[in-house]
Amino acid sequence: MIATELSQTFVDRLQKSLAALNIPADWIGLRAVKDASTTRAVRDGMPETNGTSFTQGVMVEVLVNGQIGYGATNSFSQASLQIAAQAAYQQAIAASQWKIHPISIAERPKVIGQYVSPVKKPFDALSPGEINDLLIQICQKLKVSDQIVQTTAAAYTREIETWFVSSNGSEVYQKFATITTDYAATAQDGPIVQRRTNNGWLAHCYQGGLELLITPHLWDTVQQIGEQALELLTAAECPTTTTTLVLDPDQMLLQIHESIGHPLELDRILGDERNYAGGSFVKPQDFGQLVYGSPLMNITFDPTVPGEFASYRFDDTGAPATREYLIREGVLMRGLGSLESQARTGLAGVACARACSWNRPPIDRMANLNLEPGNASFEEIISGIEHGVYMQANRSWSIDDQRYKFQFGCEYAKLIENGKLTQTLRNPNYRGTTPQFWNSLSQVGDRSTWKLYGSPVCGKGEPNQVIWVGHGSPICAFTNVEVFGGGA
Amino acid sequence: MNADRLALLEASFNQLVEAICAEAAAGEYLTLKLTSERSQFVRFNHAKVRQTGEVADGWLRLTLMKDQRTSYREFPFTGESKLDWRQACTALEELRQEVPQLPIDPYLVLPSEVHQSREVNLGQLLAPESVASTLLATASGLDFTGIYAAGLLVRAYADSSGQKHWFATDSFALDYSLFNAEGQAVKGMLAGSEWDESAYIAKLHESKAQLEQLTAAPPKPISRGQYRTYLAPAAVAELVGMLSWGAISEAAMQQGGSALALLQQQEKRLSPKFTLRENFQYGLVPRFNELGEMAPLDLPVIVDGVLVNTLINGRTAKEYQKIPNGANSSESLQSPEINPGRLSAEKILADLGTGLYVSNLHYLNWSDRPTGRITGMTRYACFWVENGEIVAPIENLRFDESLYRFWGDNLVDLTDFQEFIPEVGTYENRNLGGTWVPGMLVEDFTYTL
Repeated sequence: MIATELSQTFVDRLQKSLAALNIPADWIGLRAVKDASTTRAVRDGMPETNGTSFTQGVMVEVLVNGQIGYGATNSFSQASLQIAAQAAYQQAIAASQWKIHPISIAERPKVIGQYVSPVKKPFDALSPGEINDLLIQICQKLKVSDQIVQTTAAAYTREIETWFVSSNGSEVYQKFATITTDYAATAQDGPIVQRRTNNGWLAHCYQGGLELLITPHLWDTVQQIGEQALELLTAAECPTTTTTLVLDPDQMLLQIHESIGHPLELDRILGDERNYAGGSFVKPQDFGQLVYGSPLMNITFDPTVPGEFASYRFDDTGAPATREYLIREGVLMRGLGSLESQARTGLAGVACARACSWNRPPIDRMANLNLEPGNASFEEIISGIEHGVYMQANRSWSIDDQRYKFQFGCEYAKLIENGKLTQTLRNPNYRGTTPQFWNSLSQVGDRSTWKLYGSPVCGKGEPNQVIWVGHGSPICAFTNVEVFGGGA
Repeated sequence: MNADRLALLEASFNQLVEAICAEAAAGEYLTLKLTSERSQFVRFNHAKVRQTGEVADGWLRLTLMKDQRTSYREFPFTGESKLDWRQACTALEELRQEVPQLPIDPYLVLPSEVHQSREVNLGQLLAPESVASTLLATASGLDFTGIYAAGLLVRAYADSSGQKHWFATDSFALDYSLFNAEGQAVKGMLAGSEWDESAYIAKLHESKAQLEQLTAAPPKPISRGQYRTYLAPAAVAELVGMLSWGAISEAAMQQGGSALALLQQQEKRLSPKFTLRENFQYGLVPRFNELGEMAPLDLPVIVDGVLVNTLINGRTAKEYQKIPNGANSSESLQSPEINPGRLSAEKILADLGTGLYVSNLHYLNWSDRPTGRITGMTRYACFWVENGEIVAPIENLRFDESLYRFWGDNLVDLTDFQEFIPEVGTYENRNLGGTWVPGMLVEDFTYTL
């Protein structure tokens, strides 16, 4: 309740600031952010980074003549807000004769509500020294051999508070607590270098508190990371062949992100992003009819999953967040498009206008994008494969500007022979094209194989923004995929 | 920003530095790093405005070092003295609580040098309210998309040992693409401190001509395989950028994470035609790093194919008993330059003969870092060339190739001219500087999809 009372006080303060702005606009919104992120990182048992970054500021959005201009300031003083609002107004006026789309107040709906991340153990439950001690112990446990030449352990915590008030009566307060952990071991034997991490770089990221730092299987997991890094030094190279590919959820997160999430962003389809990250092979007329993948494929946009990294109740324009199917039984149904993109395209979208902070405008973004579980157990999937490769944990990612041709690499793989996992493989990579790949989806794991991961570093937009996304997936199998190994 | 407002900002920073450093107790070392900007961002699509706004931002990183332990706090720098002072005091108080709890950091480097520097470059930028009309009136009728970002940038450093550096510059970057109806595109960039309308018009005219060339024939699908390839300077700059991600860093070298380890161990070699240096003589980026250390004006990195220097910051130097060379905390290239070769612009197509002309690359990543293998995509105006003549644009291709091949035995030549490829990134803040690179002609560049 304390947080609620404080947030209401700040909402009241922002409302007063908004009312005091002297701007002849059709609509004004203030989106305030306070964001404190703490980094604790240890390498080889020695402290590498300790520190906290605190940023705060307000984005003033002003709607004039159907054009929004924004002014952002890192000061909450009324004078600074007035300067920001004035700049926003002038920007909107100057651009209004060149606007790409007339924006209406409907694209900034009136909303009132709150959201608070679920936290069991607050971030101050452990002291900075205790967290460092834990990370040092993790490094020590990772070093299972002298051939482990580097160990790293890091914990990143973040508390973000956002407030949104507007001249049409919106009052939103959201408080996010997130934690990301990352552990890695690098093994070396002469020119052979192999790195193993905890399900991929920064993949363990969630909403919650320190209960997610010391997890029940932490020490077994850490031991396994070190042992598998060592194991990879003498593992066989991934063969070059076309075969059945089984992906663990820790690689599925990347596959979903790059080849489903980004191509379905309506602003990419509208061309906004063509100068930077690119467009999309998906066209507006594809919605409702394109067979994106096999009938086993069900993709949801779901910011309502408790604890998933990018859960929220409202996006950064105030649109209420709901769970929606983007792809149902393989057919493309809906895009990742905000209220603005929905108005521009006439297509159904989701509440996905998100900004990375107070100093960037909201754009179409993934939030939680999940592949729904199927019916097959892990054993059933593997036992049905005569020859294949089972890959885990992303280590390399690259896809074209239309999100069509991709090549991804993983840390660790197992050969599948006659329904059994056999030898370990190193440098596993695969490549393909998006529609062909998803149409080759032949098995979708059941709920027991479904795992939640995410990424805190999804880059997009001009000006550039890094935002956090969540991805849940079961283990999946794909037929006739090109796989290959490393080497020059 | 005008000179008066900049002077106020500098005075405010100096006042805060003086006051907070006076608070340093015996055995305490304080450093302050300032990152500040006043920016206008105008985003375009279809020669219309998609989003437009201004951002006034700035933050300070206050680092406390004591008893071989350290931590930092970052907090907003607003230029409002009382507010900034209050936040600085809170930060110092928190650090004094935290630092004693932390483990000893054996590689901690205390500020010890006494460098001071001051560079201010006030330019002539477009008035914010005239950006849309100035750019879009000229781009009328074109499918013009991209971003104009402009304003003042400040980087500053000070510490309790008396070092102080101030770097302020006006800058703009226009980063755009022109598209045709088939979705093919050309890329254009303009950057600097002085807006020059005639340069913009000329650049747009050049892009338009390239787009017409792209439209002259339908895209040609190219089968995967190895092709003789000309990589234009913008494409080469993308490849150079990979060296800042686990390659040229001494720490990466020592910790098993460098793509150039085989070069250092002399297991692999690069072409004697390849020379890379850090050249700060262009003056577009500050030479001081997070510890106030100054990088040399000119640091050869790879000379005639031989690795002569890695990038070493003070922390890495202390850990591995090396001599620091002013590298930043991530030991990344800040002002890279590749020496030109002998290939003249007029002879590019003739010397390419039959193969691929690649103007830009996209979304690069290591596909096998220890062997220097990079994958990525061709992008924008790329052409199939036969017998020295452009035949048709190509459908984008994926490449997967080792730097030990394209900068090694397969490097045929580099152009006798360089281009400046500006750094137009705006993650967290507007970036500075860029890369000076020639184009390069390589044999048997590998395309895989």
